[in-house]
Amino acid sequence: MRTLSVGARCSLPVYALLVLGFIAPLLTVVAYSFATPRSFDAFRSFTFDNYRVIFDPANTVWMSFAWSLALAALVVAILTIVAYPIAYGLARTFGRWSSLISLFFVFPLFVSENIRLYGWVLFFIKGGVLDGSLKSLGLGGGPDVLFTFGATLFGMVYVYLPFMLFPITLGLSTVPRDLVEAGRDMGASRFQIWREIELPLAMPGILIGMLLTFVLAVGAVAEAKVLGGQSIIVITHDIEIAFTYAQNWPLGSALSVLLMIIVGALSMLGIGRLDLDRILGRR
Amino acid sequence: MNSQPSVVRPDPGRTEARPPVLRVAALVKAFGSARAVDRIDLDVQAGEFLTIVGPSGCGKTTLLRMLAGLEVPSSGDILLNGARINDLPPNKRPTCMVFQSLALFPHRSVGENIAFPLKVRSVKPAIRTARALDLMKLMRLPADYFSRNVMKCSGGERQRVALARAFAYDPEILFFDEPLSALDYKLKKSLEKELKDIHKETGKTFVYITHSLEEAMVMSDRIAVMNEGRIVQIGTPADIYTRPVNRFVAEFMGEVNIFPVRRRAGVVYDGTDFPGQFKVSAAASAEGYVIVRPEFMRILSRRDEAENVIEASLYNSYSLGSRTQYRLTAGDKALIVEQSRAADLSSAGDARVLVGWNAADALFVGD
Repeated sequence: MRTLSVGARCSLPVYALLVLGFIAPLLTVVAYSFATPRSFDAFRSFTFDNYRVIFDPANTVWMSFAWSLALAALVVAILTIVAYPIAYGLARTFGRWSSLISLFFVFPLFVSENIRLYGWVLFFIKGGVLDGSLKSLGLGGGPDVLFTFGATLFGMVYVYLPFMLFPITLGLSTVPRDLVEAGRDMGASRFQIWREIELPLAMPGILIGMLLTFVLAVGAVAEAKVLGGQSIIVITHDIEIAFTYAQNWPLGSALSVLLMIIVGALSMLGIGRLDLDRILGRR
Repeated sequence: MNSQPSVVRPDPGRTEARPPVLRVAALVKAFGSARAVDRIDLDVQAGEFLTIVGPSGCGKTTLLRMLAGLEVPSSGDILLNGARINDLPPNKRPTCMVFQSLALFPHRSVGENIAFPLKVRSVKPAIRTARALDLMKLMRLPADYFSRNVMKCSGGERQRVALARAFAYDPEILFFDEPLSALDYKLKKSLEKELKDIHKETGKTFVYITHSLEEAMVMSDRIAVMNEGRIVQIGTPADIYTRPVNRFVAEFMGEVNIFPVRRRAGVVYDGTDFPGQFKVSAAASAEGYVIVRPEFMRILSRRDEAENVIEASLYNSYSLGSRTQYRLTAGDKALIVEQSRAADLSSAGDARVLVGWNAADALFVGD
């Protein structure tokens, strides 16, 4: 029998962990999605019933998929626009203040997401921080924004900003200064330098940020519940309901598998565009 | 590609007659209390190849970056064809710089790199391509490199791409920030000559900076030697080589023999760290240095073969191909002698040899 190389033997614990913690649960979820509805007969029954229910034209669960994907796409678009200028500042203009400012963006991550979202509820709620402050200043009440689609969007942009900001910052800081100066020296305007040099070279970082925040946003559940007050139902909410109140694990699993396939396919498209070798000129 | 039909070459005898294309007057760049560039005056003539040479940290890069518009002067003036351009941003200046890193765009092909200055000027794609191909021909780059990834090119090819791109901008003056410094010796030597040939063919004004005087000698019409933010000496390569103004320039030229001296009488000087007498061709200041290049020193067979003679013992010899270099010691002093013919030292062994030179071949510098 051939013995394993030192490298293979050293990586065995990692393989074991991956199989136990990642592949086994995933296979269990897939098995559950083919189990008899409302049962716990994973690996013992095989049926397409759960998928048939989802694809039944009478079922409106597709709207949750649509909401989740649309919301995630919108969050990614807003985050890209919001994070780019901040990332530019962190990479180029803030100088020695950069690390301190980065810290301000990292700091909220030390507090649990739910607690932060409830903090925003207290801020926006009638008689809360915003409303009360405006009233005491004699400016009437605060706007009624809580439990709307806008509040959900705001919550997600707020929570996922760091996950967009730092990959873009990294991407921008890998653009050599020389190239920007050379572009300037050869007559390019600031816009042309951005379009021809900075943007394409920072693209790996931007794409990683977009991919990361998209996957996180599709999987988000708390923002729509806490800040959105279920004004929209996202797919993760449906999955949660199926596993908890409804006690229909096979349906929840089928929804999860579909979501994984959709997000996986979209991510692969994104990764396909992310051709690091070409960008770095190694091909 | 060049607006001037004929090749304009500087005439060393009459350079003052024409107005300079670029004039630098009392230029200062201060970083805090330190002056990287300390009141530099410099005229660049149209069509000349001027090299600014100095050790690292002498301020040459800062000077060049100010000329290109990448650095704002603290005080002083930069005049291009008589007009002050201090505040003109780099993209508005008719000058182009070849960076030390070359600053090629890694996400663009060879052709796209070269056509970049034309693209930002909204030149039509067909004309851009034709122009880029013309320039590739001028730079001896094969036409099929047009769509090749620029990072796949060799070091020498990248140099040519960077140069072609600078020419595509069609600048009045090209600046070079040590673009050859990262290359191996052999390639560097051939590209130095190639660059001089391209300068001759195009007739453009080249301002080149390097820390290697050897490189400067090969290419330049004029050399400006910089030290500590100032220009120490400016002149033709021959001027710098044969008449360095001070010890710094003489030492910067490479291996030389330097003897600190004090005047005894007339043209005769005493060595201050070396017991010997030195005759120079004309009396100068009371104290200074006698400088003798290795190739002007000879190993003598008789004491009366030269005007200045030192007794020394041979330490080692090195073959430099066409020449042989001898390292000798006289007391604490190391001497370097270079001869085209190997000296007959078979009988010398450990014994003393005589080293000599003529007064006319020695230089005297004040400090």
